[in-house]
Amino acid sequence: MLFFQAVRIAWETIRVQKLKSFFTVLGVTIGVTFLIAVVSIVAGMSRYMQDDLIGKIIAVNAFNLRRQPDIQMGDVTEAERREWRRRPRIYASDVPSVAASLAPDVLWATESGDNLNVESIYASTRPVQCSTVSNDWFTIKKMGVSKGRLIAPQEYERGAAVVVIGQDLADHFFPSLDPVGRQLRIQSIPYTVIGVADKQGSAFGISLDKFLIAPEKSPLNRWVNPHGVIDQVVIQSPTEEGMREAMEATRAVMRGRHHLHPAQQDNFTLETADSALEFWNKLKGYLVIAGIALPTVGLVVGAIVIMNIMLVAVSERTREIGIRKSLGARRRDILNQFLVESATLSTAGAGLGILLGIGFAKAIAALSPLPASVEVWSIFVAVGVGAGVGLVAGVYPASRAALLDPIAAMRQET
Amino acid sequence: MSQHTVEAPLGETAERQIVVGQAGAPPDPKWIIVTRGIKREYDMGGEIVRALRGVDLAIGRNEYVAIMGPSGSGKSTLMNIIGCLDTPNAGEYWLNGQLVSTMSDDALARVRNKEIGFVFQTFNLLPRATALHNVELPLVYAGVGSEDRRRRAKEALEKVQLADRMDHRPNELSGGQRQRVAIARALVNNPSILLADEPTGNLDSQTSEEIMHVFENLASTGQTVVMVTHEPDIASHARRVVVLRDGLISTDERREAFTSRLAV
Repeated sequence: MLFFQAVRIAWETIRVQKLKSFFTVLGVTIGVTFLIAVVSIVAGMSRYMQDDLIGKIIAVNAFNLRRQPDIQMGDVTEAERREWRRRPRIYASDVPSVAASLAPDVLWATESGDNLNVESIYASTRPVQCSTVSNDWFTIKKMGVSKGRLIAPQEYERGAAVVVIGQDLADHFFPSLDPVGRQLRIQSIPYTVIGVADKQGSAFGISLDKFLIAPEKSPLNRWVNPHGVIDQVVIQSPTEEGMREAMEATRAVMRGRHHLHPAQQDNFTLETADSALEFWNKLKGYLVIAGIALPTVGLVVGAIVIMNIMLVAVSERTREIGIRKSLGARRRDILNQFLVESATLSTAGAGLGILLGIGFAKAIAALSPLPASVEVWSIFVAVGVGAGVGLVAGVYPASRAALLDPIAAMRQET
Repeated sequence: MSQHTVEAPLGETAERQIVVGQAGAPPDPKWIIVTRGIKREYDMGGEIVRALRGVDLAIGRNEYVAIMGPSGSGKSTLMNIIGCLDTPNAGEYWLNGQLVSTMSDDALARVRNKEIGFVFQTFNLLPRATALHNVELPLVYAGVGSEDRRRRAKEALEKVQLADRMDHRPNELSGGQRQRVAIARALVNNPSILLADEPTGNLDSQTSEEIMHVFENLASTGQTVVMVTHEPDIASHARRVVVLRDGLISTDERREAFTSRLAV
């Protein structure tokens, strides 16, 4: 009951002195704004990285057997690059042994690709990422078609000159035409478009719909890689556990084929979404530290300002404190009154900061390709931090108020 | 005007000691206030000021007492000690059967809340709160629920004829009205004693009469009233006048019938 009295008094103070209260809590507001905005942006990017970007490049519970990592974010030393260049390539002849080591429910597909000029009679020539893949590739990528059909097993088997293209290619090469059944030429060889893949969206403003897929044995294969060489084997298990086992089996087979001693490191890469996210997680760590450190500066400044304002409030209201004491207020009643007032003030500032922070995050999400997602926990943290700062800042002024001598306090002129 | 005088010259306190009783023993329950040899010294920048030098005083239930004395006589100090705002350096103070002179700060706060209703010269109302809220304050600290509190505060304001002013803030009230709010606040928690410190010091003579009339009514209904004043005019309303001089009681007079004084 005294608690609500104190909250009411605090609200009264804020209401009467809006501008002063605003400046008092400005530090806390700025701190909380930063906290919410940074956490929202980091969380948004993180979700984006996991669900969209990496998730589209590397499927769930899947890994890629490669010569070297595909997704390189962050620092790669020259020595590492040199080591990667010395590694043996992955050959088509590696695939049967690897496939034989996998459990029956594990899917795998080869994939090789390069940037090639694609021509059509309807539009200008354009360089496009062209890939050749084996049977289960579309299943692993969970990719369907919006028009036409996927590549049939027989077409994989005999290496038919057919392609499935991304939405952007369909729009470019066949403007206001149905691409299905029409032809594209790569290195003068004609390919029939049999399907248009589902729209994949974009990552950081770069479209993921500029691709062309042909069967592994099609004529395209000789243009994307030297004979017998493949870029990667995509391997996917239904479960995460299965994926770990498949990785170990693949590693054992590849180490055997590359004649590695137990002491030697792998000279091939098993790339998972996690390993691709490793750099992002490192970056996220820095961002989170920055996201905590910056607001902390604001909050410390905010705490000092609040403490000062509360000291002024205590001296302004010395007489009131004396009167309250004469009417039977104990030390802890006075202490609580000022602590609650300080905490209420600070929490109100934090509330304003939460609104501003959400607004900030939404504005950034709207105006830039950076995504933002407001985390519910960060709002609770912000409210807690606001109340905490108020309590910490209020302790000293409140204890000064509580220890005032009622006779001297009432004698004070106001 | 007949006066029964219990004259006790400086230093000769044998009779008074019989009244106040032995140190350490609980006093006769007919006394609501008993002080035994109260001493209070202040350190004013190295100089020791002996404000009270051994005050023995017993005030009975339902008494209407005025404490008088020139400035520097120690009457404010005595009033602070009786009001549990201050504690003596030596001696005992018993209030309503409790030894309060050795209590902790928080225990004193509880005693102030339950036993004492203050009326001050400067009213000491909270400027930002309405009359009703000011009157509610002692009940807030007594832990009374908000509905009960509101009802009791309204009743107290009705008793001082301010029911129509309860939503006004102190600066919207006249001096006399403010003092009546203060009296309502002092009485709202049914204290054992009403302690008034120069209650008419900031009021004109007509308003003073009004306030004294309120006090007389209270006294006639059995409320114990202790009033500190330096105005003989105001003190003459009381049925007993204690005069302090140099930190000791110099005279202590009881008036038989104060109503006769009204006729003068």
